[in-house]
Amino acid sequence: MSLLDIQNLSLAIGNRPILKDVDLAVAPGEVVGLVGESGSGKSMTAMTVMQLLPFTAKAAGSVRFDGIDILAATEDQMCALRGDDIGMVFQEPMTALNPVKTIGEQVAEGIRWHTKAGRAEAEERARKILDRVGLPEAKFPLTRYPHELSGGQRQRVVIAIACALKPKLLIADEPTTALDVVLQAQILDLLRDLVHENKMGLLLISHDLAVVTEMSDRITIMRHGEVMEAGETARTLSSQTHPYTRQLALASMHVPKRRPFFPLEGEMSPKATEGVASEGNVARSDIVSKMSSTAETPFPGRFAAISPPRGERTPLVSVENVSRLYPGRRTSFFGRSAPVHAVDDVSLSIAPAQSVALVGRSGCGKSTLARMILALDNPSAGAIRFRGEPISHRNEAELKPARRDMQVVFQDPYGSFDPRQSVEKLVAEPLHLLEKKPTPAERREMVAHALNEVGLGPADLDKYPHEFSGGQRQRLSIARAIITRPKLIVADEPVSALDVSIRAQILDLFADLNGRLGVAYLFITHDLTVARAITDEVLVMHEGRIVERGATKEILDRPQSEAAQALVAAAPDLHRAIARKIQEQG
Amino acid sequence: MTAYLLKRVAIAFATLVLASIVVFAVLEILPGDPARLMLGMNATAEQVEQVRTQMGLNDPLLLRYFHWVGNLVLLDFGRSYTYSVPVIDLVRERVAVSLPLALIALALSTLIAIPVGLHAASRQGRFGDTVSMGVSQIGVAIPNFWFALLLIYLFAVWLKWVPAGGFPGWSAGIWQALKALILPAVALALPQAAILARVTRQAMIEVLSEDYIRTARAKGMPYRAVLWRHALRNAMIPVLTILGLQFAFLLAGTIIIENVFYLPGLGRLIFQAITQRDLIVVESVVMLLVATVILVNLVVDFSYAMIDPRLRGRS
Repeated sequence: MSLLDIQNLSLAIGNRPILKDVDLAVAPGEVVGLVGESGSGKSMTAMTVMQLLPFTAKAAGSVRFDGIDILAATEDQMCALRGDDIGMVFQEPMTALNPVKTIGEQVAEGIRWHTKAGRAEAEERARKILDRVGLPEAKFPLTRYPHELSGGQRQRVVIAIACALKPKLLIADEPTTALDVVLQAQILDLLRDLVHENKMGLLLISHDLAVVTEMSDRITIMRHGEVMEAGETARTLSSQTHPYTRQLALASMHVPKRRPFFPLEGEMSPKATEGVASEGNVARSDIVSKMSSTAETPFPGRFAAISPPRGERTPLVSVENVSRLYPGRRTSFFGRSAPVHAVDDVSLSIAPAQSVALVGRSGCGKSTLARMILALDNPSAGAIRFRGEPISHRNEAELKPARRDMQVVFQDPYGSFDPRQSVEKLVAEPLHLLEKKPTPAERREMVAHALNEVGLGPADLDKYPHEFSGGQRQRLSIARAIITRPKLIVADEPVSALDVSIRAQILDLFADLNGRLGVAYLFITHDLTVARAITDEVLVMHEGRIVERGATKEILDRPQSEAAQALVAAAPDLHRAIARKIQEQG
Repeated sequence: MTAYLLKRVAIAFATLVLASIVVFAVLEILPGDPARLMLGMNATAEQVEQVRTQMGLNDPLLLRYFHWVGNLVLLDFGRSYTYSVPVIDLVRERVAVSLPLALIALALSTLIAIPVGLHAASRQGRFGDTVSMGVSQIGVAIPNFWFALLLIYLFAVWLKWVPAGGFPGWSAGIWQALKALILPAVALALPQAAILARVTRQAMIEVLSEDYIRTARAKGMPYRAVLWRHALRNAMIPVLTILGLQFAFLLAGTIIIENVFYLPGLGRLIFQAITQRDLIVVESVVMLLVATVILVNLVVDFSYAMIDPRLRGRS
């Protein structure tokens, strides 16, 4: 008999239909994966089981948990179930814990509430479960506060809260999406072990097909609030009978076609920007001369730029023995502990039109390094040059020419736009870096052109950010980044917040712009599939140092350093996962 | 923790010193010779000069500043020349009215505002919320002296429960004194409570959308328990900030209410001292109020650190 049995579940919030005829079942000890893109209703399905929906929500159909009719249960009955028989783990560990309470209080609270245990007894049990999830007493006493823990450690605390009372069902809603791949692998292992130990049912919700495939016995694929396909993981994914399943699988494994950069065949220097983007246009003759110098190497993108550049060619970016120290924590009113090396003696260079990935776990210093390359932060030691010009410790006026030629794309397409400005204004933002201020008409045309370049239309000029989906917003940030015709785009996890199909499109766009505009990329990511898809070179960063560098394929196939091996081993891979499942499930 | 606290204390001290310089300087610039004001229009120039020397008004500026500050530290505020008593006695008398009044008003305002704000936030957009916020809107809008007159009419004139005004002094018995303070305290508390309730509601609404509220509910705790145990403490920081500001206002900004109820409070003392150019009283009382406000802010800063471990640094 199923532990959780959802039949014909429909849900509407206000007048908006969210779910339609959803069927889903989880048996004790079984892992069921629920996959879908954002807005497919997978989280809402989970919230319906927990009855933590907004008060305007109306559910119909049947949801039975352990014989109890959830949709008819009173709030008191639900309170008795939540945290005791049904545990839940959430996506964002950084905000899932109350910042003003110790981890001990937060874990013990649920125990005390449900078992009526005394404080001492509850704390003892909290201690046990924290030990179990990998937070030993010596380093993580109950008196720690959430802000003293890292993201991965906080997620362990959330899992401890959810599993403290050995629930029959655990719902994990994107439990590892916010974590780097190595942490993801650890958390998934932990969840798998807990399922085995306690014969728990696990409903694993994720947008990542590879993760779900690796973990689950059965899989349910949702789209627009409806179940597209459901069944045994191996069979569902090996046959891929449903077109949407195939589409998802293809998108997850998508590798963009890349074409080498030949500027003369491309749509370089459109009329709209001519004479305005002054630096951008000097490029034309400049690029022609580079063309001749690169004639014997048809793949300028694959230049061995990590090694010293060939001949007289100046690298676009060169970073020489750069370190960045942060002052240590204050230990007393006067004393501080030793400074932290966020970036430690790093050297690298990026050639024009080259696409480089900077990979590493969270906290390894990759974002700090990127900030220094963008001249948003200054190194404590060493030098950074952009087109041969030093860019560290300069004032903004001196930096203006460099700023024009380097742009950035951030991870979060929701947070990086002012919601009260029109697209035209937002995308035109970097134009103030140009020597000559464009007229309003010129400006509008330049924005229209940039939008066209990223696959948006002129009709979008007067819209506002909220009118766009996540993927479209990421297109907007890319349009904003290319409007000054930069030579370098730094992209900080540019696709990790996006759904797989959108992600595939954005990766294509990056590859296409690289081919057409000859812009160089520095991709900062912990996701090796991104690196594999669109970069020529990989730099592996670990604890502030670059521990391995070389051609992308080489490193991802045969990692040498421990850090790179860990990243490669932990990266979820759909092919591998399906193969393993087929073996397991026959 | 200690580093945070020491830093706050240092900042408070620096503010106090700066404030004393400003108060001293302003009164130096203001027209009017204290000696002449004391002696009246008929005094001769020699008499004035004599008193000036006596009062130390002819000493160098810096010396007079340090003399003044030194005396303040020793609680020697000088002598009022309109009342002809030591300023400290005047202040003591008035504080005995103003401080209890402010504390009662603050307590009332907090006791009303926090539950109302909590309730409104937990029922955001629904009937209870709309009603509480409508009432609080009225509370903010009504002038408190008019509200005070209504209270007098109802409870003093009609029901005759409490006196309509005046203060019998604490020597008349605690009950008598409290009866005289209760109506002004209510009149003061209500608009403050209305503001505080709105701030509480806003802060709570923000906190209630946080992920950790969902985590707490997923533990199986009823909504009310989540509100009190998880949300309230996180919403307290903006609430405490407003409370700190309100306390400072209630201590010295109550002159209108003091007039309506004929209470001898600090507000009236300072107002009279200004109109009569009793500069010694003005500078002492202003300094005292500044010190109180800084002290209250320091307490608020300390309570931030009590509430939020992130402000404490590594303990």
